[in-house]
Amino acid sequence: MPEGPAPAPVIQRLRVHYAKRGRLRFTSHRDISRAVERAVRRAGIPVAYSAGFTPHPKISYAGAAATGVASEAEYLEIGLTGTRDPAQVRADLDAALPAGLDILDVVQVPEARGGAEQHRPEPITERLQASEWRIRLDGVTVDAAASAVAAFMAAPEIEVERLTKKGRRRFDVRAAVFACGLDRRATEATDVPCAILRMVVRHTTPVVRPDDVLTGLRQVADLAPPSPPLVTRLAQGPLDADTGELADPLDPDRDAVPPGVAALAGVSPALTRSADTAGEDVVSTRP
Amino acid sequence: MPVESIFPRLEPLLPRVQKPIQYVGGELNSQTKDWAEAEVRWALMYPDAYEVGLPNQGVQILYEILNERPGVLAERTYSVWPDLEALMREHGIPQFTVDAHRPVAAFDVLGVSFSTELGYTNLLTALDLAGIPLEAADRGDEHPIVLAGGHAAFNPEPIADFLDAAVLGDGEQIVLAITEVVREWKAEGSPGGRDELLLRLAASGGVYVPRFFDVSYLPDGRIQRVAPNRPGVPFQVAKHTVMDLDEWPYPKRPLVPLAETVHERYSVEIFRGCTRGCRFCQAGMITRPVRERSITTIGAMVEQGLAASGLNEVGLLSLSSADHSEIGEVAKDLADRYEGTRTSLSLPSTRVDAFNITLANEFSRGGRRSGLTFAPEGGSERMRKVINKMVSEDDLIRTVTTAYENGWRQVKLYFMCGLPTEADEDVLAIADMARRVIQAGREATGRRDIRCTVSIGGFVPKPHTPFQWAAQCDHETVDRRLRALKDTLRRDREYGKAIGLRYHDGKPSIIEGLLSRGDRRVGKVIRAVWEDGGRFDGWSEHFSYERWAGCAEKALAGEPVDLDWYTVRERAEVEVLPWDHLDAGLDREWLWQDWQDAIDETEVEDCRWTPCYDCGVCPTMGTEIQIGPTGKRLLPLSVVQSG
Repeated sequence: MPEGPAPAPVIQRLRVHYAKRGRLRFTSHRDISRAVERAVRRAGIPVAYSAGFTPHPKISYAGAAATGVASEAEYLEIGLTGTRDPAQVRADLDAALPAGLDILDVVQVPEARGGAEQHRPEPITERLQASEWRIRLDGVTVDAAASAVAAFMAAPEIEVERLTKKGRRRFDVRAAVFACGLDRRATEATDVPCAILRMVVRHTTPVVRPDDVLTGLRQVADLAPPSPPLVTRLAQGPLDADTGELADPLDPDRDAVPPGVAALAGVSPALTRSADTAGEDVVSTRP
Repeated sequence: MPVESIFPRLEPLLPRVQKPIQYVGGELNSQTKDWAEAEVRWALMYPDAYEVGLPNQGVQILYEILNERPGVLAERTYSVWPDLEALMREHGIPQFTVDAHRPVAAFDVLGVSFSTELGYTNLLTALDLAGIPLEAADRGDEHPIVLAGGHAAFNPEPIADFLDAAVLGDGEQIVLAITEVVREWKAEGSPGGRDELLLRLAASGGVYVPRFFDVSYLPDGRIQRVAPNRPGVPFQVAKHTVMDLDEWPYPKRPLVPLAETVHERYSVEIFRGCTRGCRFCQAGMITRPVRERSITTIGAMVEQGLAASGLNEVGLLSLSSADHSEIGEVAKDLADRYEGTRTSLSLPSTRVDAFNITLANEFSRGGRRSGLTFAPEGGSERMRKVINKMVSEDDLIRTVTTAYENGWRQVKLYFMCGLPTEADEDVLAIADMARRVIQAGREATGRRDIRCTVSIGGFVPKPHTPFQWAAQCDHETVDRRLRALKDTLRRDREYGKAIGLRYHDGKPSIIEGLLSRGDRRVGKVIRAVWEDGGRFDGWSEHFSYERWAGCAEKALAGEPVDLDWYTVRERAEVEVLPWDHLDAGLDREWLWQDWQDAIDETEVEDCRWTPCYDCGVCPTMGTEIQIGPTGKRLLPLSVVQSG
């Protein structure tokens, strides 16, 4: 069996913030990982490979949104065998991906080269403590949605059941929901009769997904949307328990990059959520 | 009339179906042209699920060729799974293309590629969802021309009622010729309506229009005569042959889907046609003569195709890929070019006798040696003489021994069951061969982890082959022989555990046999099956033999023919076969002689390196064998890395 030389080592690690929009929300996680691998090759990005019998490109994904769920805040990390300008990678990768899988930001992970293990930045998954979701419920009145949300937030605990890989499982959905409210302004701005919810949900085990919250809403208030909800993840990141805001999970990497490299990486725009959150009228209740 | 996208109506249904991404389109290298600017509009269909249909080479090639032409637009459509079909019916959504989600009924031509007959019921689903009348006779000027192509179109008689037209052979040039006829006819203001357009297509001699041929039957059920019923329509319809593959280097920009599909590789056809002369092989008979693509075009296509797609696997396709006159150079030069780029090369369809270890080593350079696949097809030497698969058991053992010595651990062997003249011992001989393979592997390597997988398919006699006259083996006999083989292997303590056996029961082959050699009367059976809910017959979880057998009995009740008549009955030389007016170039007398040679266990050589044996194709079709060597080589690529 040919053993071959050891694969080229990782010289640079990049963290990538991308969105899954429009009709591409129907891609599964596997679809996305194949599309990204091909885009990386087409863009000529020198991705590193794992050793072993079937080498895999070193691309790892953090908490991908489910099939059918759109997202403005997905993250992946990619290991390169050479050094590339993150802004250039952002442009090249975005151009190589289909419209709807859009690269929003790329930052370099500050590497503690040869240094002690404790200086390495934490995995991005540790920073993804909560998600902010927008859920559009077509055919649901604002009043029905508002009273359901109020009943949900007033309940101390709401047990739901879901089929997981390990079989049927019962768990509480209420505790993970940090905030939940009706986005009245967004609701009024649409021309279809609907109710739009906004919520911040902590990442817990088992993970509480938007459809689990909807199950909870049905249990406490009989809220049963006539058609499948349109779910969008708006943000993921460290949760500020005082303000309820989610910070950009790439900020610590950006801040830690030494000045020389920062100039190179400086083109990357910081994650802005102003467009999304401007004029928001969230009826927010906290536990 | 503006043609609008149905996507806004489809989108709300997608969260409720399995794998919704397959209905979304937006594949890399797909294109959406302006509807109003196009003079001729094609909807191209592969009548199976997206995951099978998307990688189909035929559809991808025609899609690209048509869209390259100004004034011509082509979009793709695939079969929707029953879950979406039900929702589309509930919400009144028509069959749509995945490119711009336009309703299929709005196109000028619906071209359907049939690789297999098991897609016939899916054609009916698509027509029905599209709002196109199932029977061609019920269609009006406002409906698309429903046109069949692909290998199954060499006998389109079972679906003749549902088709307006069919074409035989290579599609590259004929789709453009058809486009011109449609363009002219539309530019003239569509004179004479649908009938006139079909007549113009039929008069060319290159398009078969079933309605312009009448079929009459003898009292015993056999066909009496097939003859044109319109002046200007020739008695025979000829197949199309692209002579210079280097002039048609497609697909140039392969479609890369977001959804997972059965093949995730860039495929290049390295030659078309095969003259090995395996008597069961319809593809080898109807695609003659051999036409090679040159090493330089292959190299350029691989380079361009990989750059355009980001794929990292290349498949060099043909009916017997190691037979390319410069395959050694192709393999070495491509392996050199892509060394260290994690691009893998594969060579499907390799004959035992054409295999050589240098070649195999090139293809697995730096990669895995997972498994090698060979197709002896027949278990006994006698059986292989009947089918003209001239591979001796000693050849095979020599080949696998070399492979095992060079690091391979697993060999897959393909066979058929139910071949003409087959006896029980011919099938049991498969077990002996598999034992020898394991034994050779153990001796060559001194190891015990040697595996051999035996895969067995049911033989189906096909039109335009020497076996077109043969009686198909009944499914009870096939099942009995397979059970006996399985028992023999299971009882074998020394080798049994090292041999895997894969097979299906014989019933689906009988239905495939009905559809392969059927005539126009079989259309009633197909329609009855479809009305009874028959869908996706190529999928074992959807296929129902009982439904087919039951519907055949009912639909053919008033006829002197039945399921057995179409399948397990041997035909005489004088019998008019349903496809005799469709010309694949093969001389009928030569085919009959080859059938007699089969029964006599007489083999025929390959005409590429022995004198012509007059199969008839080259003189009839005005074609000739086109093979190398060109003597050219591929230079290393200068890779420009971005960033």
